[in-house]
Amino acid sequence: MVTTKEEYAEIVDAYGKAGGDKEALKSREVATLVVHENRVLSSNQAEGIRIKWEQKEKGVRAELTVEAGKKIKHPVHLCFGILPKEGLQEIVLKVNVQDGAEVGIIAHCIFPSAVNIIHKMDADIKIGESAKFYYHETHYHGDFGGIRVVPKARIEVGKKSVYQNTFSLIEGRVGRLDFNYEVSCGEKSITELVAKVYGKKEDDIKILEKVNLNGREARSLIKSRLVLRDKARAEVIGETHGNAPLARGHVDCTEIVDGEEAIAKAIPIVSVNNREAKVTHEAAIGSIDKKQMQTLMARGLDEEEAVKVIVKGVLK
Amino acid sequence: MLQIENLKLIVDGNPVINDLSLNVDQGEIHAVLGVNGTGKTTLAYLIMGVNYLPDGGKIIFDGEDITRYPISQRAKMGITLAWQEPARFEGLSIRDYLGLSNDLEIGEIEDYLWAVGLPPFQFLDRAVDTSLSGGERKRVELASVLAMRPKFAILDEVDSGIDVVSLPHIVNGIVKMKSLGSSVLLITHNEDTVAIADKVSVMCAGKIFKMGPPREMCQWFRENCQICGHINLPG
Repeated sequence: MVTTKEEYAEIVDAYGKAGGDKEALKSREVATLVVHENRVLSSNQAEGIRIKWEQKEKGVRAELTVEAGKKIKHPVHLCFGILPKEGLQEIVLKVNVQDGAEVGIIAHCIFPSAVNIIHKMDADIKIGESAKFYYHETHYHGDFGGIRVVPKARIEVGKKSVYQNTFSLIEGRVGRLDFNYEVSCGEKSITELVAKVYGKKEDDIKILEKVNLNGREARSLIKSRLVLRDKARAEVIGETHGNAPLARGHVDCTEIVDGEEAIAKAIPIVSVNNREAKVTHEAAIGSIDKKQMQTLMARGLDEEEAVKVIVKGVLK
Repeated sequence: MLQIENLKLIVDGNPVINDLSLNVDQGEIHAVLGVNGTGKTTLAYLIMGVNYLPDGGKIIFDGEDITRYPISQRAKMGITLAWQEPARFEGLSIRDYLGLSNDLEIGEIEDYLWAVGLPPFQFLDRAVDTSLSGGERKRVELASVLAMRPKFAILDEVDSGIDVVSLPHIVNGIVKMKSLGSSVLLITHNEDTVAIADKVSVMCAGKIFKMGPPREMCQWFRENCQICGHINLPG
């Protein structure tokens, strides 16, 4: 039987291999939460930030509050994962970044042996006024593709606040991804949603990012970068609604199809309900750009090397 | 170093390259001067193996017939191309772009940037993407050709769209290329750039009409080509 200590060591090791900073998990100054399956293996509080958690039957409920005016020096580190081949993990996350606060969160979700795993994350994020919240989530799902991941979030961005979210799944397989984020943006707020995904074999990717620019002079960018190989499929919906005067939004989707049977769809949905709002979109789907390939090959790279350079740059 | 013999290319029934012959010697800067639409860029593409294969004639490089070789093979032999409209690469830094073809020390990469007038501390970690102005992108392109230390560099209008302040940096870059041992085929319609060449060939309607020293060819170009009414018509 694996002890909690051994379990913790294993997941931290996997966390490090997936790109996480293992030293941060040891530091007393860094707020952390490490969850394996439905067990919290470790948690650390830090000045200005409170983390409350509760173990449930199938996962964990966590609440993170950043106190008003506090600028958290070190990013919060979260680690969620399932190391065995099978399992179910449901994370319910509430984040409250109070007025004037500033915090970054680095989250790693690790499922290195996934053959039959479901991971769901349901989050409610409230960002107060004049606050800043940066959230960077990196996933690693191993090489078997036996995982279904359902990240869902509702975010409220307060007046004059900044919200930046990056979702990255570029190593290993994706499996099935059903990503659904909806953001409501207050006056003079700035929101940026970035998704980077590399689909291989039979990976099935659905991304829905919706931004409602509800406040005057609110601004947003939805940016997605996908590369699809083999028989991978993706559908990316980037939705932005300009509902207030001088609101500005942009949707930018690039999907590279590098496989005979890969299928990519990009569906930008843009609307304005105020004559002073402006929302734009650009989408580019297709095979790797011929001129880019020729340029790199004219520097001596062969075709495969050139593809790697281009894909690496797009997903960077 | 490079011999082009009776090269022909027909596109949609038009002789875009029309029995063209040209020689470039080792260590030479050889300019090809011509007005727009005479086939200069197409010639560059044929030498590099981009987009087209010729319908007739030969391209001999270092004694080897490379007429049907693919791009990568020509590049590995030491031929490269600086594009008239260089591609942009999201997420690829200038540092990495210059380091693609050779294992370079950071000092060397910085030297190549200085050679084209781009301060490394400002440009090294920038991406080769749409954030660069047209002129900056061209200078990065020239620096990347320098960094490859090619035997033979085809420079396709590297001076077009460059402001007067930056143009000397382009010229310096080309001169440096020669000093490092590269032969250069310099495609341009700018007489000021032509001045650094060892020889100039004047091109019109897909063929070389005349070859000679820069001053003489520029004069001939001015007197005959710039006012000519039958661009792109052979003979």
